[in-house]
Amino acid sequence: MAITVPRPNLSWRERLYLPAIVAGLAITFKHFKNMLLGRTKVTMQYPEQKWDANLPDHYRGAPALVRDADGRVRCVACQLCEFICPPRAIKIIPGEIPSTDRFAKVEKYPDAFDIDMIRCIFCGMCEEVCPEQAIFLRKDYAITGFTRADMVHHKEKLLEIGGVMHGVVLKWNEKK
Amino acid sequence: MAEQVSSSPMFNVQIDGVWHQFPKGTRVIEACEQAGSYVPRYCYHKKLSSPGNCRMCLIEMGFPKLGPDRKPELGADGKPIINWMPRPQISCAQDVADGMGVRTNSPLVKECQRGVMEFLLINHPLDCPICDQAGECQLQEFSVDFGTSQSRFFENKVKKPKNVVLGPRVTLDDERCILCSRCIRFCQEIAHDDVLGFVDRGSYTVLTAHPGKRLENNYSLNTVDICPVGALTSTDFRFKMRVWFLKETKSICTSCATGCNTIIGTREDVIYRQTPRENDHVNSCWMCDYGRLNFKFLEAENRLLEPQIRSEGKLVPADWPTAITQAALELKQFSGPEIAIIASGRMTNEELWLTSQVANSLGVQLIDVVPRRGPGDDILLSKDRNPNTNGARLILGSASEPGAKLMGIADAVKSGQIKALVILKENTMHLGIPVEQLAQLPVFIVMNILPNDATEKATVVFPACGFAEKRGSMVNGKGRLQRLNRAVRPPGNARDDWEILRDLLQAIGGGDSVSSVDDVFRRISETVPQFDGLTFAKIGELGVHILQMDELPPTHPVDEEAIEQAIAVQAARRAARPARS
Repeated sequence: MAITVPRPNLSWRERLYLPAIVAGLAITFKHFKNMLLGRTKVTMQYPEQKWDANLPDHYRGAPALVRDADGRVRCVACQLCEFICPPRAIKIIPGEIPSTDRFAKVEKYPDAFDIDMIRCIFCGMCEEVCPEQAIFLRKDYAITGFTRADMVHHKEKLLEIGGVMHGVVLKWNEKK
Repeated sequence: MAEQVSSSPMFNVQIDGVWHQFPKGTRVIEACEQAGSYVPRYCYHKKLSSPGNCRMCLIEMGFPKLGPDRKPELGADGKPIINWMPRPQISCAQDVADGMGVRTNSPLVKECQRGVMEFLLINHPLDCPICDQAGECQLQEFSVDFGTSQSRFFENKVKKPKNVVLGPRVTLDDERCILCSRCIRFCQEIAHDDVLGFVDRGSYTVLTAHPGKRLENNYSLNTVDICPVGALTSTDFRFKMRVWFLKETKSICTSCATGCNTIIGTREDVIYRQTPRENDHVNSCWMCDYGRLNFKFLEAENRLLEPQIRSEGKLVPADWPTAITQAALELKQFSGPEIAIIASGRMTNEELWLTSQVANSLGVQLIDVVPRRGPGDDILLSKDRNPNTNGARLILGSASEPGAKLMGIADAVKSGQIKALVILKENTMHLGIPVEQLAQLPVFIVMNILPNDATEKATVVFPACGFAEKRGSMVNGKGRLQRLNRAVRPPGNARDDWEILRDLLQAIGGGDSVSSVDDVFRRISETVPQFDGLTFAKIGELGVHILQMDELPPTHPVDEEAIEQAIAVQAARRAARPARS
């Protein structure tokens, strides 16, 4: 069904257009004047200048693995992020923690953890699904590389981006 | 069992308000499942006895209300009025009775299920992220379906042994165990190796192996399958892959003549595990560890990946048409009596049929399979370790027992009567012919998946497919025709065996084009009487019985002697060099 949109009834002043044009030109000239006087900066000079300090807390940048305060890689290779990842950017090869390790009670760890940053769409589902609070989207957004292989973040790189996370649940400490 | 039940009287049973009929002797839990009301269970397994110790299958039960005349009082609908018992009953240890009433989802039953779930979860660790069972765990499933979302238990959980090595193939986590005793009963009743048991009392009860014994029987991994939680895990599969990633392909095990039905779990062309698939005609719900773990060779480093031909004394990679043409040209130089073909009892019916066609068009008389035997048992493992001996018997159409002519062929090769040897999916070394002599053969064509000492001496090498990489059919030791399915793609430039044989057959100049395994099967059904009227699709997932073994003529003592001799040659060779790990 067609909807009839009523046209606004313009006053004679509006129908004349000229006042609106003059008002617009006034703004343009104001900016022109400010520019001549060096008082305006409308373009941020990226990458020399960055907006990083103003990124909101919920900003979704590159996913990264974190260690807890004890230095343990929090990921236990449950592969839920690999499963949920819409573009299938994550690849995990699980491994078993040797019984001599001080974190042996956790039993499982990621032997390899690769995120293909060409595929990653920064959706944050990996963070949402993680039962171990091990993967977080950090504020890194400038992910570059010269080759496709460069664009794959391996475990070391992910841990480097992630750093140490304090104040997360430490359920494994309660285990024997 | 089935025949016995069908002849027994039928009982009227009311399940969730609807009257059904079940034969006498049906378990209430099974009756409920057949009526569409699934009752959750942990300890009950249909192939094992019912101890009734998990209490998960509680239901409300009742019997017809009897009037003063000891006859059931009828309600307004003309059906008996049921007197409900005031307390819940377990449905797994109770057979149906006439007029019985069952409620599986009444408020009382739901409350009981919630209560049992809560008790089971009190000491269960929350380590689902690292538990191999996650995704196929009945504790997870029933917790969602019948439990509550929150735990009211804040005290410390009981600590129990973790990572206990029960045997060479099974690892136990006692904290995850819910004491259902399925594994104990399996070892007692099916494997006849009573090694598992519970020790200690109350919430400190743990599953353990008898002191000084280990769970190392050849059926130990079935306990992992029937464990409803992640307490028993396969050491081989442990932490390898989460189960929800696995693509499941229905196939059969090819490690012996039993042909246990299996599910092959794969992801991205890597096989992670094999598990048994229920087929009451063959393997019930079980399979042996030997067959289950016998798939690692498919991922061996040294798989043959490229067709090779001998050029100026050296084996060089070639493309498929070149290799096929070369093989055909070489074979056509010789007359039938100068050629011998050794096929394999591990080949499918389709491959064997094409092999026999190749033999026919070349006029070859000397064609046989390599017999393969090992110790069998009374449970599943067969003495005959070739999965398709019966297929070879039917399709190669030899008058003698499969394998009986082998030593004769070996002698003919040794004496130099044979100028061209074609060996398909077998190790020539099994024949006891020295490598130096094989190197003297003018034509020596090898089709295999792994190289061996003799492969080096071949004139043409065809890389072929392993059991999980191809489709086809096999006839098991009891005469049941079953299907193999492709679970993974063959590596490199390796090709399906039947395609290689078809191309070879065409290059030799016999036979027209067939474009699929189904087509080959149709040809077999036209020529081999036992396959009459069957198509590849008609075999179905559970197979069809095509051969009555007791109708076969008894093995001739001479044949038996020849087979034993061939087995002895293999054994001698195996003793002479270390086993392939």
